[in-house]
Amino acid sequence: MKTIYVDNNATTRVAPEVVEEMSPYFSEFYGNPSSMHFFGGQVQLKVEEARERVAALIGARPEEIIFTSCGTESDNTAIMSALHSNPEKRHVVSTRVEHPAVKNLVAQLKREGYRVTELPVDSKGLVSMDEVARTITDDTAIVSVMWANNETGVLFPVEDIAGLAKSRGALFHTDAVQAVGKLPVNMAESQIDMVSISGHKLHAPKGIGALYLRRGTRFSPYIIGGHQEEGRRGGTENVPYIIGLGKACEIAARSLDDEYLKVRSLRDKLENGLLEMIPNSIINGDREQRLPNTVSISFEYVEGESILLKLSDKGICASSGSACTSGSLEPSHVLRAMGVPFTAAHGSIRFSLSVYNTEEEIDYILEVTPPIIEELRSISPFWKGSVARSCSAS
Amino acid sequence: MWVYTDKVRDLFNNPKNVGEVDDADGVGEVGSLSCGDALKLTFKLDETGRISDAKFQTFGCASAIASSSALTEMIIGKTLEEAEKITNQDIVEFLGGLPDKKMHCSVMGQEALQAAIANYRGERLPKEDSEIVCECFGVTQSEIVDAINHNNLTTLEQVTDYTKAGGGCGTCHERIEEILQEVLGQVGAEHRPKEPAKPRLSNIQKMKLIEETLEREIQPNLEKDGGSIELVDIIGERVLVSLKGACATCAASDITLKHYVESKLRELVADTLVVEEVAQ
Repeated sequence: MKTIYVDNNATTRVAPEVVEEMSPYFSEFYGNPSSMHFFGGQVQLKVEEARERVAALIGARPEEIIFTSCGTESDNTAIMSALHSNPEKRHVVSTRVEHPAVKNLVAQLKREGYRVTELPVDSKGLVSMDEVARTITDDTAIVSVMWANNETGVLFPVEDIAGLAKSRGALFHTDAVQAVGKLPVNMAESQIDMVSISGHKLHAPKGIGALYLRRGTRFSPYIIGGHQEEGRRGGTENVPYIIGLGKACEIAARSLDDEYLKVRSLRDKLENGLLEMIPNSIINGDREQRLPNTVSISFEYVEGESILLKLSDKGICASSGSACTSGSLEPSHVLRAMGVPFTAAHGSIRFSLSVYNTEEEIDYILEVTPPIIEELRSISPFWKGSVARSCSAS
Repeated sequence: MWVYTDKVRDLFNNPKNVGEVDDADGVGEVGSLSCGDALKLTFKLDETGRISDAKFQTFGCASAIASSSALTEMIIGKTLEEAEKITNQDIVEFLGGLPDKKMHCSVMGQEALQAAIANYRGERLPKEDSEIVCECFGVTQSEIVDAINHNNLTTLEQVTDYTKAGGGCGTCHERIEEILQEVLGQVGAEHRPKEPAKPRLSNIQKMKLIEETLEREIQPNLEKDGGSIELVDIIGERVLVSLKGACATCAASDITLKHYVESKLRELVADTLVVEEVAQ
């Protein structure tokens, strides 16, 4: 059975060019970049090249890039640094739809006594700028708002929010793990202070991330240790993975525009096809302000885990915001924050594409999915040959 | 990804007895769209009083569909008296097991069966007159008590796995703990593993419990090593103690304090407690 991987917001295939670039740095050039000999020195040069490549992708300076172990570490580093650097400020602003890497950290801060505001979103998953303006005060140490939502793909007006934060003297951080590599990002013309990047979301391996830290931003390290990363992140550099992240960023910078168009057209084809063929299906989130690769679609009156398993039996790998898939008993916090009705929230499926997907794969998904939904609806007590069904049959 | 048995996967992919029995004698509907799973069971009796046909409709995950299908297979051919003895554990066994977090699917099967039989007999189910404990998932006290008794549950987490109660906003956790203690208290508590979950305590209850724990659990163990501990004060979450005897001069007393005394108090009283040594 062929594997059709449309779960790229979960993780991506490591690009073969990335693996190739990394492989000599395990057994051949295994030196420590801090060493005072040629063997370590040549590795250091490659680490700095990787830093330049990451910086180039987001329009930053190389010294503004700190390598970390993952997006979660970058998020934690950014937020904790802001709080430690501004101990007199006790207010944290975020949203209700953040990734757990931010959401659970913010919840912990609340338990520790910080004042926390989690901005609500509307039914399309968007925040109100008026609300943002009302929320940020002189006491706000950090505003952390994701660039793109991992479940719906909805984009946040991070530049506008960063401007507001700056005007009130607060730092602005964005978890951009879903955006970098998919959208043009230019820190040279930005007011954003900190940006989290994750390797495995952009065809580099798992276990490597980066934090963009605007030059001049006060910083307090999260991992304290040696002098690596200019003393901003202790621990011997994960050299092969850093090189891999650099290569992945270099590829992304080169092909961003083409990929954007290609992936978006495949996504649109998938989305329009599903909406057309499957009655009572609803797109979650704003369709304009959205990542080019993501569609979150709800099929009413069926449950997401059942859909995923049936898709999986056909080789299709997607994900769901339903309760059953998460191991919790409630549907995803993102869909609940958007007020998606229960009829739809439990039956939500996310397809997230990458440049490796093909037109044939989309055709196959469109061929296989409608009968699966129909089969599950025929078992469901809530699906009683509604008007929509007779329409589709005619 | 969940690990399902072959039987669960088979019944999910090829469910038996899907639909509604025409002119049903008994109809049981449990769960709801908002809860994320729901089951409608219908059955027909033959002239001898045996279930001649049973069908289901289910909205839910693979284990919910498989549990429903299993249930219909298990009850066909049985009298109502035989059928009503079927518990969720029987459904789990039929399926060759379910993941812990999916046990509520088997409970939903049992409840649909009870509801359908009650519907046939024109009876009300105890749960219909019972206090609603979990507002999020509409779970009543009698359902929780049944699940505890049928499955030997001892923790809040297990109650959530089996009934979904407490799996939403969490405001009912305290009430579920109370129910657990009531039920466990009735059925020879000494035969059950020690209840690990901790109820929320008032300040006075907490102080008493700290005193008791120090006296009964901790003191006897320290005395074995020639040491002793005395409670000096309790300020908020801080438990101030003074170490005596061998402990007072023992180089490892810091370790005793944090790793033994504090962890014991956290385990048995409240996990927010901090133990500090004060000179006396």
